[in-house]
Amino acid sequence: MGAFHSVPEDHEYHLLAKKTGFSLEQIVILHNRFNQLSHNSDVLRREDLRKIPDLACNPIQSQIVEAFFDERNFKKGGEGSVQEIGFEEFLTVMSYFRPPETHLTAEQKEEIRRTKMRFLFNMHDTDNDGTITLEEYRHVVEELLSRSGSLGKETAKSIADAAMLEVASISMGRMGPDEFYAGITFDHFLKILKELEIETRMNIHFLNMDTTFFCK
Amino acid sequence: MPLFRAPALAGCRVRSGAIAAALLAGFFLMPLGAASSPDMPIGHGDGEGAHRDHAPAHGGTNQSTHTKKAFPVLSFDYKAVENPFLILLWILLASLMKLGFHLIPRLSSIVPESCLLIVVGLLLGMLLKLIGQNPLLLSSRLFFFYLLPPIILDAGYFLPIRPFSENLGTILMFAVVGTLWNSFFIGGVLYGVCQIEGTNLSRVTLLPCLLFGAIISAVDPVAVLAVFEEIHINELLHILVFGESLLNDAVTVVLYHLFEEYAHVGQVTFIDVFLGIVCFLVVSLGGILVGAIYGLLAAFTSRFTSHIRVIEPLFVFVYSYMAYLSAEVFHLSGIMALIACGVVMRPYMEANISHKSHTTIKYFLKMLSSVSETLIFIFLGVSTVAGNHKWNWTFVTVTVIVCMVARVLGVIFLTYVINKFRIVKLTTKDQFIIAYGGLRGAIAFSLGYLLNTDHFPMRDMFLIAIITVIFFTVFVQGMTIRPLVDLLAVKKKQETKRSINEEIHTQFLDHLLTGIEDVCGHYGHHHWKDKLNRFNKKYVKKCLIAGDRAKEPQLIAFYHKMEMKQAIELVESGGGVKLPSAMPSTVSMQNIQPKKPPERVLPQISKGREEEIRKILRTNLQRTRQRLQSYNRHTLIADPYEDGFTELIMKRKKVIELEKKLKQMNNYLTVPAPPPDSPTITRARLSSDPQPWSAKPSADNVPAIKVDLASPQSPESGSPGREARKPVLQVTRETEEEEGLVMRPSSQEKPRKGPEDPESEKEQQRLLRCLSDPGPAASEEDEPFLP
Repeated sequence: MGAFHSVPEDHEYHLLAKKTGFSLEQIVILHNRFNQLSHNSDVLRREDLRKIPDLACNPIQSQIVEAFFDERNFKKGGEGSVQEIGFEEFLTVMSYFRPPETHLTAEQKEEIRRTKMRFLFNMHDTDNDGTITLEEYRHVVEELLSRSGSLGKETAKSIADAAMLEVASISMGRMGPDEFYAGITFDHFLKILKELEIETRMNIHFLNMDTTFFCK
Repeated sequence: MPLFRAPALAGCRVRSGAIAAALLAGFFLMPLGAASSPDMPIGHGDGEGAHRDHAPAHGGTNQSTHTKKAFPVLSFDYKAVENPFLILLWILLASLMKLGFHLIPRLSSIVPESCLLIVVGLLLGMLLKLIGQNPLLLSSRLFFFYLLPPIILDAGYFLPIRPFSENLGTILMFAVVGTLWNSFFIGGVLYGVCQIEGTNLSRVTLLPCLLFGAIISAVDPVAVLAVFEEIHINELLHILVFGESLLNDAVTVVLYHLFEEYAHVGQVTFIDVFLGIVCFLVVSLGGILVGAIYGLLAAFTSRFTSHIRVIEPLFVFVYSYMAYLSAEVFHLSGIMALIACGVVMRPYMEANISHKSHTTIKYFLKMLSSVSETLIFIFLGVSTVAGNHKWNWTFVTVTVIVCMVARVLGVIFLTYVINKFRIVKLTTKDQFIIAYGGLRGAIAFSLGYLLNTDHFPMRDMFLIAIITVIFFTVFVQGMTIRPLVDLLAVKKKQETKRSINEEIHTQFLDHLLTGIEDVCGHYGHHHWKDKLNRFNKKYVKKCLIAGDRAKEPQLIAFYHKMEMKQAIELVESGGGVKLPSAMPSTVSMQNIQPKKPPERVLPQISKGREEEIRKILRTNLQRTRQRLQSYNRHTLIADPYEDGFTELIMKRKKVIELEKKLKQMNNYLTVPAPPPDSPTITRARLSSDPQPWSAKPSADNVPAIKVDLASPQSPESGSPGREARKPVLQVTRETEEEEGLVMRPSSQEKPRKGPEDPESEKEQQRLLRCLSDPGPAASEEDEPFLP
């Protein structure tokens, strides 16, 4: 498998490498994968991603696919979703899962953490109003339990409600009976998931050498 | 007659010290006295031909000849019970020592327990030597068959799987490569030193040196556990050092046997080395296989124990111990078998057994392992004094120094290699702790003790070197590691409870990362884990878990566990007046429910449709609120968790049918509340909660403690109130509550007292019985397979 293509793409690769932080070899491999998924066209559509067989068994498949087409994740400040993406957007979304470098200051680590958490937040906040409402959270839990059959539906609701309650309790402290907690804001989201250490967990090992198994 | 004053108790309050001293004195008096006293004149009847033992306390059989001795009312026969008695005495002594240490206020925070126990053992050994009694030595058989398995089983059963599997590569590198490096380096250097002129050690050839290196290089799980448990460092470091100590057993076994076999032949050829490598694979993988088989058998057995809950813990212990012994039969690694057995059987066991059995297993394992550990250290002290000593300054000092050097070099080099593959790199601080935490312990001593003196005439010298290294690591490193950890500001273990949000997001992350790996197209760590989980769910769980629990997803199981724990906490804290500090807020469900119902009720729709909509709203809000109340600890809910799961399903079906029939019912939510002063209600009410949550008046055949949803603020209190048919309502309520608290439904426990008992009595008793056990603290042990 040719690991190095001809020159015209090199220049772009350098730009992409600078923008996303991947190394050149990693970009080449990911480009190969992109071409394979999109059948050698320049753009990737939702159906192309849905065709991946392993992804079909994933309970949150639709949310993952949506995340690739969500403009908020392209780091260009846009909103809404698109129908097709190019390689640059693909790479940008992948870059959220890059492991952080070793020698970083605490501020940089915090920044990386915020970026990753923002990605997660965007996945939950489907209507882009800046908060995760109860309905959206319920949807998340339902999707997670969607493969578990009949038990899932109602318990999902109660789990989501309980989780929401917990966020509200931790973030708001005391609330009178008439107040209404509209939804989880990004700051509250950061707060409750602080223990999870996202910056160390939300990482994929991107390969430097082309040893990918092309499934399918 | 030596009056034994236990030195460790000297600092106690005088009374307890004196009592304990008197007890110990008495205990020691008896066996010692018996050992030296002459035979009692019982049963030696003149004219009786047979040499009777001292057994006949009823020794009135001296009937034959001249003198008829008086019927012995009281007799003394120690020999018959000597062995068990001594064993129990030792165990008792060990436990009293442990108690004693914790009575002395500052001691246990400065000196780790293991050190104190060794000191006690030393003193005991010296004392017994003075008396002339031959003390019970730490025979290898005793150690490997009786003292070591409980500790390893405890470690294996409660092994935190997630960090272990995430760091498996690192752990294996340290365990295998690190131990090999240590052995050869130590053996080689010692051989070199022995060859130097001036030390009269030239008779120690290469192979015994290598054997010695193999024995001394293995990090010991007992010592590591004993020290690390007290310093509470973060999970990663703990699992690295501890995992290494467990997995290096295979390497040690192979090296030990290899060198021992060929030491007297004098040379090792390449074939032998190759066979050694093959042997290593066989030993480790074989051990794991044996353990896994027994684990699966145990899980399968537990599927059928729903009728006899009492012997459930027995299966855990028996199967595990058999796994250990079976592995030892084939000279496979018994430790790895034990770990594999514990790890494999745990998720299925926990799904099948009752809550009480789970608690029993936990406590029993902790108790056994604690006693074993104490005994091991005491015996180590005693054996030090008891053996013959051939002290050789050169050998011993070189050994100690070389051990440290080898460990440090090994860790540095291996970390350099490992960090190339890790996402979360190991820092220098981590490396220091890993190197410093490599403690040696009783396994090394026992292995040394097993050496045959004919083949290894320098065994005593080896033993004294081993003991020195053990003492050095346990005392010096064990005592100083705690201040060093504080000094270096190493991250400590976080004691926070797992929240439901974290659990949801952990699962979410798992799926997300697996999905992204699939998009990337390479099969990484998450992909295989996901595949294994799916395989587990699809095939294995169906075989091994009884009934419907097999299909229960992890998140739901977690949620139910949390509810259960909170309910128990509520009851233990004496009711709802004082909230545990975890959630000191007044936020409750109505704050997050949207004010308007999710579906608008249009006034023109038909009655039937309106009823349908109401039903939907009712079930959604009502059930949610109920479950949230149990989560909020607002009320006490009758405890159904001993009921069968299938019963619940049936009841649920009944409820649905009932609801269909209740077309006339409109508003469940405006049931008149009983007077607010009844004791159940005051207990159950939350002081800051403005709403009068109150319990319903108890009717016949109904659990006395109920929840009432009478809420003037409920979103749909608009319709005109109608009569609530109480009995039906309560049955409905009860089943819904039971649904809300589906904890560990042990299926089909037939109530022994007969099924016709008034439910209230039974439920309350069950509630009280199950809650009388305070239970261990919620911890992250309760995680399912590959969480």
